[in-house]
Amino acid sequence: MSLLELEDVLVRLPVGNQLRPVLRGVDLRLEQGEALGLVGESGSGKSMTARAIDRLLPPGATLQGSIRFDGADVMGLRGNALRRYRSDVAMIFQDPRAHVNPVRRIGDFMTEAVVAHGALSRRDASARAVELLDAVHIDDPIKRLRQFPHELSGGMLQRVMIAAALMGSPRLLLADEPTTALDVTTQADVMAIVDELRRERGLAMIFITHDLELAAAVCDRTAVMYAGQIVEINRSRRVETAPLHPYTSALLRARPRVDASIHRLDAIPGQPLSAFDAPDAACSFADRCPHAINECRTAAPAIVEIAGGASRCIRSSLIAAASEPSDG
Amino acid sequence: MAEQILTVDRLVKDFGQERAVDDVSFALVPGRSLAIVGESGSGKTTIARMIVGLERPTAGTIIACGHDRSAPARTAAERRRRGAEVQMVFQDPYTSLDPRQSARHAIAEIVDLHGTERNSAERTARVEELLGLVGLDQRQADTIPRRLSGGQRQRVAIARALAAEPQVLILDESVAALDVSIQAQVLNLLMDIRDATGVSYVLISHDLAVVRQLTDTAIVLLRGRVVEHGPTATILDDPQHEYTRRLRASVPGPGWSPSTRTARFETT
Repeated sequence: MSLLELEDVLVRLPVGNQLRPVLRGVDLRLEQGEALGLVGESGSGKSMTARAIDRLLPPGATLQGSIRFDGADVMGLRGNALRRYRSDVAMIFQDPRAHVNPVRRIGDFMTEAVVAHGALSRRDASARAVELLDAVHIDDPIKRLRQFPHELSGGMLQRVMIAAALMGSPRLLLADEPTTALDVTTQADVMAIVDELRRERGLAMIFITHDLELAAAVCDRTAVMYAGQIVEINRSRRVETAPLHPYTSALLRARPRVDASIHRLDAIPGQPLSAFDAPDAACSFADRCPHAINECRTAAPAIVEIAGGASRCIRSSLIAAASEPSDG
Repeated sequence: MAEQILTVDRLVKDFGQERAVDDVSFALVPGRSLAIVGESGSGKTTIARMIVGLERPTAGTIIACGHDRSAPARTAAERRRRGAEVQMVFQDPYTSLDPRQSARHAIAEIVDLHGTERNSAERTARVEELLGLVGLDQRQADTIPRRLSGGQRQRVAIARALAAEPQVLILDESVAALDVSIQAQVLNLLMDIRDATGVSYVLISHDLAVVRQLTDTAIVLLRGRVVEHGPTATILDDPQHEYTRRLRASVPGPGWSPSTRTARFETT
């Protein structure tokens, strides 16, 4: 049994007086201790997927399909089971300052939930907070517990958030762009810490980012989302070096490079499509795709298993043959 | 040596007890582009704000197009002349555009103020030319910012800055907030505009790949001081200062793994 299983998850949000899709049939499977990168541009549905898993969908949203954690239906959890789920699944967000009470001390913030749930006494909770602050490489943790959020830099506060997320001994970490607001050198620090803690504790992770290379560096597998669907999922190294879906390969080619300047970037024409506007009976990427043929515009492609992963493209086998991986 | 279009000499800015910019000098020649690389608190945006006149330097000089602009402009005519020398495009076009003004109107306003066009037909033609230069169609031109995408808004902000026909355009993290596929479009656009108009860019960025793509020379700032200065390609391929090496090592790519082993520069 997988730790987390999403099956054909369809989420709709109310817009005006109708419901419009933001996730259109998401299938995911995550094993104990596994790290999965969820990559996409704005509006692709990557954050909404994490919110659906964490039961944090906006008011009025409807969900079809199933989300199972440890075999139990997440949407059906109530009372104690829901409370247990909330400590099994921890989330870290992009902007730590938006998710911390500015007038409460770091120590109160970190210990509040576990003490309220009766999981630990106040004294044990403080000891655990000190231990975890130390694990995220924050020096003088005892002093930090008495400080307020504004006394810490952005990178340090994000490390506090990671430590706080681990207070309840979770089994799954949902990290939604945790380093996007940080400086690049701080990002490397924070990612190294997340990676180390995750491996030590056998923690599973879904890491959400717009940066495919960052996801590939810290995750076992990477899934790429477009217009509310997963369009490709595979081992990270394969996604990065020999993508199967035309969108993934276009994304990789569009990035400027740090080791060479490029005469003209291979930009993807047009705008990213939101799930709202995606066609029902066509591939949502067809209008921007260099490989599109007539069939791409007459039927929505299914996700098919290929080359150890899966791709939502009828021409994947051609593309896979053209982009053999460099290291098998 | 070619004539310099922008010269910054021993620039210093203090905010109270804090020295935000400490003895920074660089020069830019026409048609070339310079990157100011640094992280938060490095002083890079403060330098840009001093160049466009949003902050007053504590010491040092700034000369653009042969005119000293270290002190505030005294007359409206001088302010206008400075506007025609250096313009700036900010990171978030949503907060730098008037929410009630269409793209066309926002651009026309600057053409009316700065343009050399004599009559309304010429001015209208200039607005059309600018819309075409940044790739906005007629429908988008009549749309308010809220109904445009991030990439389209940034095109409006670029067209608006170009309307003053500046010699130098300061790009303050101007592509940082854009999605990858849109960022590539805007970077190509900026390269095309440079080829077409001969404008020089000062790019303020923490993104080394964007810096490599758009600039010839770069300065690297750490806590207000220049720690490395030279051709962009040399700095990125063979960084000399420990901090530049650490910046370069923080960029993810195939085979990269995050590490905290490198020296720490953040001490808070």
